[in-house]
Amino acid sequence: MNNATLASHEHAHHFDGSKYVFGFWLFIMTDCILFATLFAVYAVLHTHTYGGPHGNELFSLPFVLTETMILLTSSFTYGLAMLARTTGNKNIVIRWLWLTFILGLSFISMELYEFHNLYVEGHTWATSAFLSSFFTLVSTHGLHVSAGLVWILAMIHQLHKYGITPVSKTKLTSLGLFWHFLDIIWIFVFTIVYLMGAI
Amino acid sequence: MLETLIGKLSNPHEVFPYLYEPISQQIIILSMAVFIIIGGIALLGGITYFKKWGYLWHEWIVTVDHKRIAAMYLIVAFIMLFRGFVDAAMMRTQQAMASGASEGYLIPQHFDQIFTAHGVIMIFFVAMPLMFALFNLAVPLQIGARDVAFPFMNSVSFWFFVAGVLLVNMSLLIGNFAEAGWLAYPPFSELQYSPTVGTDYYIWGLQISGIGSLLSGINFFVTIMKMRCPGMNLMKMPIFTWTVLCSSILIMVAFPVLTVNLALLGLDRYMDMHFFSTGFGGDQMMYVNLIWIWGHPEVYILVLPAFGIYSEIVATFSKKALFGYTTMVWATVAITILSFLVWLHHFFTMGAGADVNAFFGIMTMIISIPTGVKLFNWIFTMYRGRITFTSPMYWMMGFFLTFTIGGMTGVMLSVPGIDFQAHNSTFLIAHFHNVIIGGVVFGYFAGLTYWFPKMFGFRLNECLGKCAFWCWIVGFFVAFIPLYILGGMGMTRRLYHYDAATGFQPYLIVAAIGAAIIALGVAFQVLQIVVSIKNRNKEGYRDLTGDPWGGRTLEWATSSPPAFYNFAHDPVVTCKDAFWYDKEKGLDVDNKPIIRKEPYQDIHMPKDTAMGFVIGVFALIFGFAMVWHIWWLAIVGLVAAIASFIVRSFDYDIDYYVKASVIEAIETKHQQEAGVRR
Repeated sequence: MNNATLASHEHAHHFDGSKYVFGFWLFIMTDCILFATLFAVYAVLHTHTYGGPHGNELFSLPFVLTETMILLTSSFTYGLAMLARTTGNKNIVIRWLWLTFILGLSFISMELYEFHNLYVEGHTWATSAFLSSFFTLVSTHGLHVSAGLVWILAMIHQLHKYGITPVSKTKLTSLGLFWHFLDIIWIFVFTIVYLMGAI
Repeated sequence: MLETLIGKLSNPHEVFPYLYEPISQQIIILSMAVFIIIGGIALLGGITYFKKWGYLWHEWIVTVDHKRIAAMYLIVAFIMLFRGFVDAAMMRTQQAMASGASEGYLIPQHFDQIFTAHGVIMIFFVAMPLMFALFNLAVPLQIGARDVAFPFMNSVSFWFFVAGVLLVNMSLLIGNFAEAGWLAYPPFSELQYSPTVGTDYYIWGLQISGIGSLLSGINFFVTIMKMRCPGMNLMKMPIFTWTVLCSSILIMVAFPVLTVNLALLGLDRYMDMHFFSTGFGGDQMMYVNLIWIWGHPEVYILVLPAFGIYSEIVATFSKKALFGYTTMVWATVAITILSFLVWLHHFFTMGAGADVNAFFGIMTMIISIPTGVKLFNWIFTMYRGRITFTSPMYWMMGFFLTFTIGGMTGVMLSVPGIDFQAHNSTFLIAHFHNVIIGGVVFGYFAGLTYWFPKMFGFRLNECLGKCAFWCWIVGFFVAFIPLYILGGMGMTRRLYHYDAATGFQPYLIVAAIGAAIIALGVAFQVLQIVVSIKNRNKEGYRDLTGDPWGGRTLEWATSSPPAFYNFAHDPVVTCKDAFWYDKEKGLDVDNKPIIRKEPYQDIHMPKDTAMGFVIGVFALIFGFAMVWHIWWLAIVGLVAAIASFIVRSFDYDIDYYVKASVIEAIETKHQQEAGVRR
């Protein structure tokens, strides 16, 4: 073995990031099927109100539109974090990640507030099959966003600890895929559950 | 207070339901408990006595080596096969007895739990792990890779599967198991009608192991797409790898639906939601649709790899390249796609209307065309081949017969008009055992016999293997042909007791005899393994060459068992059946002349880690706590599992290099051993 190969071994450490991103992309696709199933369930059950309220009696569009805008903005700030990544300055990346985190947390807080209001008004998941599927679909998205928030915190910590390395770059890419994916899912939630429900 | 602390465990009726049952049932439970406890003490005591805990931990539990994980899947699967088989024998005995005045020896609740457990265990905890054992063993070797794409995730998958196994088996002594059949149709599986923990054991056992299966599906897809050795394009892959690829696609598409469906059933039971309940607008048929949108592809998830195994075996033992490689690939792909378009044939009686039923009936018939293509390809491979009739070939030819019969009864059932008559009868039971035993089980047995020397370094006893085969195939027909007839006579499945005037009993006695003959086959298999282990160093068993059958694909280019890094040099492939042609041309595995020795290079390998095991343990704690409504413990288990995962993600030092000198020592030793033989 010549010295050149030895050296390249030690530097690159054979890290194949594309494998991880591809694997994570597939995981997101399976997650997409999970959401597709929940949407199908919602599509079947959204008329099964069993004498309870319909969507148009429950949803406040301005409120949900604000939620939507906050989540979309968080995707934008994540994009800025990814741009900052190329500069190699971990502090700027971390700053954008914090902003993304705060926006994501605001989104989750608003969603919980909406759920809380519905609950105290007596419109719980036990009211009808429609509300069961509504709460399940929307909160599954919410749980994903919450998982994303935990991940962002872990990512910030890792950047502090290790800086921008090939490994942490790959993790940032995967987290980004996840975060943008949740945005896309929310667009569907907003359209199918809230907009179509408010008609 | 006590209930907050230990949940439903505070209620003795829930924890020990059998204490309140007739004495005859208690005897059954007691003998089972004695068996489990003595077996457990013998196992744990044996490990302690022989001071093997350290070995077990360092060599097995923390391993990320795909070959070791394969062996562990295999062991657990065989223990579960034993349990699933005992369930089957108990059902057959009950039905053979319970005619007229006799109620049999089981109470209805137990009979219901047994048929539920039989189905769940045979599919989820026998067929799936056997399949993953074969994936793990063969795929990285066949494509010339050092391991799977995500070795740590592979370990997590395995331990999730074990957590599921333990949950389902705990229900033997702590509480009870589900009574609602292997797919837990609501409304019977709802809290209202199944208030015990049985269905919760079912939900969490399947949910946890199902997530493991999903991760494995992703893992093998990436492995095959990203880690093939240089020169191996998709159309040069071994057929088994092709079928694993398609099976992985099916896993990735189908398993999320199972996850959702089980979660929704769980939400109904735990949160008082109304997805499938009888009131509040719930819809039971949605559950049935969703479970079969997963369930039908699941059948193909299991059988496609079996088809792949047959393809490898028939080529190897006919000493010929597989006939119609390209058509075989496209038939596999066609089945992959079509398997998503037939789910409704499981419930034609739902009343979806003539048009819908006709569509799904026709799609079902169409799926038999690519399957037929495969069958002809195998037969044409054998035609004018130099066939050696080893036991894998026996299993394969047994498969030709049984699977063809099963396939034809399947086409019969795909006619909605016939299905309305045969639905839920034992005709259906006979049909799917015909395809699953004849297709999947025979295939996996063939594959295990075929790859066993690769896995452990010695061959299985051929004579006992053939005895096992004959018992299995004879026993199979004796056990299941009567069920076809009984189905025609109108016997429904899952029947606990019947009137003597029905005339069912003679047939059911014959079926029970069939099960006994299969039991003899299982006994031969156990004997085969024992005898082979005992003689493992003798001539005729020991495999020093690494190529005991005259194989065609890359896995046979390694030693048996392969070194932990699989290949000392990265293989280079120029054609299908690369190893075969390399042997003919006197080339080495990296496509260079054998005599020209290249220097060894350092090899990059993943480090072992206990995290997969740790996460599995926390998943088990979470599942158990959810079953028994111990909420604080469930939170602890879940948070701990997630925290372990995060801790693992902070570990950037997950791999290392094997020194070239170490590799040289291992390879030289192997060459000397093999050289002695040659």
